[in-house]
Amino acid sequence: MNVAVTLQFSAETKNLPNVLEQLDTQLLAAGCPEDARMQLAVAVEEIFVNIANYAYEGKLGSATINIKADAHKATVSFADSGFPYDPLKKEDPNIEQAAEDRPIGGLGIFLVKEMCDEVHYERRGDMNLLTIVKKY
Amino acid sequence: MTYEITSPPPDLTVTVQGRLDTLTSPKLESELEPSIAQAKNLVLDVTGVDYLSSAGLRLLLTLQKRFKREGGSFKLRGIQPGVMEILRMTGFLKILSVE
Repeated sequence: MNVAVTLQFSAETKNLPNVLEQLDTQLLAAGCPEDARMQLAVAVEEIFVNIANYAYEGKLGSATINIKADAHKATVSFADSGFPYDPLKKEDPNIEQAAEDRPIGGLGIFLVKEMCDEVHYERRGDMNLLTIVKKY
Repeated sequence: MTYEITSPPPDLTVTVQGRLDTLTSPKLESELEPSIAQAKNLVLDVTGVDYLSSAGLRLLLTLQKRFKREGGSFKLRGIQPGVMEILRMTGFLKILSVE
């Protein structure tokens, strides 16, 4: 079935379990298969945690998450009113490096790009809008 | 996320169940620190781990660097398909020892 919901959360990492639970409920209702649900959850975690940790620079803010899904595709959009930041401009990590040379971290947005079919960023007014699309 | 120490140091084996995410991975790392500090080798049995985000990858890379630097070994055991795919995407299968 088709699902379409808009959810608002205080942008704090402690809300992550709630965010992922609501996401999974919607994706299950839409008929999204298990492997895609896991990958979408990881993508949503990476983006939500980025907003919680960096968008408001220590101040409390919110994140609005819009989920649209059916049996073939999910589109998840994130809006925050934090500082302008396009995470897609971040350089991809070198995944061929040896363990001792690899930096700790920097894999979150790379994972989002790898697991989703489309990722778009847009600055609209005072909002950061990031949209991911995954087909399954 | 829950875990159990199934073999004590120096050949430490830890069996983990559940999710390795932003909230659980730092918790696992800090709670295991006393055992890891005494370990020569570490096996992380992840047969029961069905979810891995970049925070979990951060933990795995930290452990890999640490055991390699100190002349020991770090191995992952029982990787599930969804977790395997994330390790493959990020190049971690090339840098981790997998049983």
